[in-house]
Amino acid sequence: MTILSRRRFLQIGAGVAGAGTAAALSPGTPVWADFFGSAQPGDVVETVPTYCDLCFWKCAAIATKKNGRLWKIEGNPADPLSRGRLCPRGTGGVGTYYDTDRLHSPLLRRKSRGEDEWSEVTWDEALGFIADKLKKIRAEHGPEAVAYFSHGIGGNFLKHTFKAFGTPNLVAPSYAQCRGPRDVGFQLTFGEDVATPERTDIAKARCLVLVGSHLGENMHNSQVQEFAEAVGAGATVIVADPRFSVAASKAKHYLPVKPGTDIALLLAWMNVLVAENLYDHAFVETHGFGFDAFRAEIAACTPEWAYPITTIEPEAIRETAREMARHRPATLVHPGRHVTWYGDDAQRSRAIALVNALLGNWGREGGFYFPASFALAKYPYPAYPHSERGTVDNPGGKYPFADLGLTNGIRAATLSGQPYPIKGWFVYATNLMQAMPNQEETIRAIQALDLMVVVDVVPSEIAGWADVVLPESVYLERYDDFNTEAFREPFVSLRQPVVESPGDQRPNWWIARELAMKLGLGAYYPWQSVEEYLEARLAGTGLALAEMKRRGVVVGPHRPINVEEGHPLAFPTPSGKVEFWSTQLAEKGFDAVPKYTPHAEPPPGYFRLLFGRAPVHTFSRTQTNPLLHEAMPENEVWVHADVARRWVLENGRKVRLVNQDGVISQPVKVKATERIRTDCVYLVHGFGQTAKGLKRAVGKGASDAQLITRYAVDPLMGGTGMNVNFVTFQPVAGAEA
Amino acid sequence: MARFGMVIDTQRCVGCMDCVVACKTENQVPEGFNRDWIATEVRGKFPTLALEIRTERCNHCDSPPCVTCCPTGASHVEELGKIVLVDPELCIGCKACLASCPYDARFIHPEGYADKCTFCIHRVKEGKDPACVAVCPTRCMHFGDFADPNSEVSRLLAARVHHALIPEAGTSPRIFYLT
Repeated sequence: MTILSRRRFLQIGAGVAGAGTAAALSPGTPVWADFFGSAQPGDVVETVPTYCDLCFWKCAAIATKKNGRLWKIEGNPADPLSRGRLCPRGTGGVGTYYDTDRLHSPLLRRKSRGEDEWSEVTWDEALGFIADKLKKIRAEHGPEAVAYFSHGIGGNFLKHTFKAFGTPNLVAPSYAQCRGPRDVGFQLTFGEDVATPERTDIAKARCLVLVGSHLGENMHNSQVQEFAEAVGAGATVIVADPRFSVAASKAKHYLPVKPGTDIALLLAWMNVLVAENLYDHAFVETHGFGFDAFRAEIAACTPEWAYPITTIEPEAIRETAREMARHRPATLVHPGRHVTWYGDDAQRSRAIALVNALLGNWGREGGFYFPASFALAKYPYPAYPHSERGTVDNPGGKYPFADLGLTNGIRAATLSGQPYPIKGWFVYATNLMQAMPNQEETIRAIQALDLMVVVDVVPSEIAGWADVVLPESVYLERYDDFNTEAFREPFVSLRQPVVESPGDQRPNWWIARELAMKLGLGAYYPWQSVEEYLEARLAGTGLALAEMKRRGVVVGPHRPINVEEGHPLAFPTPSGKVEFWSTQLAEKGFDAVPKYTPHAEPPPGYFRLLFGRAPVHTFSRTQTNPLLHEAMPENEVWVHADVARRWVLENGRKVRLVNQDGVISQPVKVKATERIRTDCVYLVHGFGQTAKGLKRAVGKGASDAQLITRYAVDPLMGGTGMNVNFVTFQPVAGAEA
Repeated sequence: MARFGMVIDTQRCVGCMDCVVACKTENQVPEGFNRDWIATEVRGKFPTLALEIRTERCNHCDSPPCVTCCPTGASHVEELGKIVLVDPELCIGCKACLASCPYDARFIHPEGYADKCTFCIHRVKEGKDPACVAVCPTRCMHFGDFADPNSEVSRLLAARVHHALIPEAGTSPRIFYLT
């Protein structure tokens, strides 16, 4: 009890100090200051289930409040994704609510775009302004002249509003800047993509192969849990990566492949599997199409051929291929997730698909499974207007295998006005300044717009370029649509408010509905409140919203997910088989079997810039979260220790990076390490932010996105390969060092 | 008499810092301070490397120098599980314990007392694992009673190669790392 008295005393002190701080920031900012520790007798502790928004895995969680204030967030034990354990970002979701850098009210631009000077306005004024501009654009250029960019399930309601408005130009950087090429490569081979969460049975894999994929640093929860499970069960791990990743430290075989040569390594693996007769004959004979033509194509791709390209010794290539064969079909060559590297990424992904095909792991335990999703009715909305003009991002089907919208295509059309003009961008929860390559092109496109709107929770870099910034409630303060992503078990989970918004933030469903009303699209919002919408979607399931609010996640009956459990094999490709030789690709003039083509090498004195992820951050979204910021406040540039010595770069001291086009980064600490090749450097993505409203994050570390001025577009599907930039070092003097 | 401790499997650990963040929220550890942290150790030359990642904290030593050096008795061995705790009311913030700890596990809380890992004793009393153990997505951490030869931690130590940190300090730490 004596501890309590001391705490009470300090709470008074903290309250006084906190009041001053809060007033300076903005009214209503919750203060993370009373160190109440564990629950004391008399404390009121309550829990609210919801699902996470720190990344896009959408783990179900349980938030705990103490005396009405948010205390902690833990995984929901009933959730198949988290299995009761969130990742560090989900655990740190508390900080998203307490973030002192949050936006609090709608903002209208005062000066020219990008100057980041604002007037606070009411929601009515902000949405009225936007609706008037949208109507003007629609009258002058048609509804298609508005493009909607979004990321995550929170964008669903606004997407609905823009579909109702009549534009087909709805895009997300998760396609052309991330996993699009992978899904195209797998569709071309197996007729189905890998989806999210990935349909990979990592847990039961006896051999797991990672090609540049850094599980453990890339923290998608279920995958990392399963990775640890596989390692714990003694699975053989093979990692090919220019950097000795965390995953590499778990590997029996680490192959320090030269950046940009993965296709050569994959072809050599195929060559060994075929030449040494190690592949799954029964699978290939029953389900394969064009195998003989494929075999002829890869006949020359021996380990000796691959050695000078990849720098991986032939015996290591042979031994790893044999190791894969030894454990098949429970050998999984992971398809990766962020795969936009060199512009031939769909073909590299297809090469990964083909190695998997040779191992016969499709639909098998320890390979790829058939995920199941929980069936929920769509809300019975009226039909959307049809656009005769089609989408603007891929004119003439230039990228024949693009099956989702291309952000870079929208940007190009905005700049050129072709095939028709784009005059408005509406951006939901995606910082395009860091997500897309070549910031200068993005800025020029924005300057050509009649309207630029950003919805975000913090004053992000992209928000700085908007005409209107709309502050959204964070996930802990709002309802969103149900999550029913296909997984091992079908499930449905609910996001619901845990706490109230501290300022004038609003949930996306409210913003989407109000905007629709102002645009005269009320017919598309027959529901009054989001609860009404959610209740309607549960019709026929036997579930009620009240039960979902209580349980957070409901798991449906398990259905067979692989051959072992009785799921049939089927391949919805044109041949109905696994396409070792792709007629679709040949018809469009592409290589029917992937080929290795060399990529430009760094000039003398330059190093290839590679980038990836850290487990405590998501893109550039989480750097102001006080808990996650503290865990990793800045990134470092990884430089091999010998290179650092040669360039007199001291570990822990700062340096600037300069790319091949003369673009100079902010100062960034050097991590002189043995854990990377000498021909490349590495940055964790999302740092080096420049928006002055991000007080906790601004100026910390270097931005890979800023240095990615060049990109190689994938001719199959329009993805932007971004590992094609080279940097050198520039000393930092004085106080910055 | 129970002797609580931890066994941590470095083969599974990916150093994601979930344990660090969970401790911060569970125990409301103030900004700028940590009761647990991640250490990494790289050995070898590229590409022949070994990397050990460890989640570290107070070792709740069997012979805790922080307890013997404490002038007020604030640092003490708790009856339950022989864990090492600090009584904030008795602590005068003299920092003798900070100097004596070979693991650098302690800090002075802004309220003026020495603070560190408590093995989440408040959770353990409710039958739960410490927050860091309960949150770990790789399930690399195990908490239990070394006095019980049949406990999971005792069995893991018997079965696997392991090491403790700075054993030469002679404090008999009760956190062990499986390699």
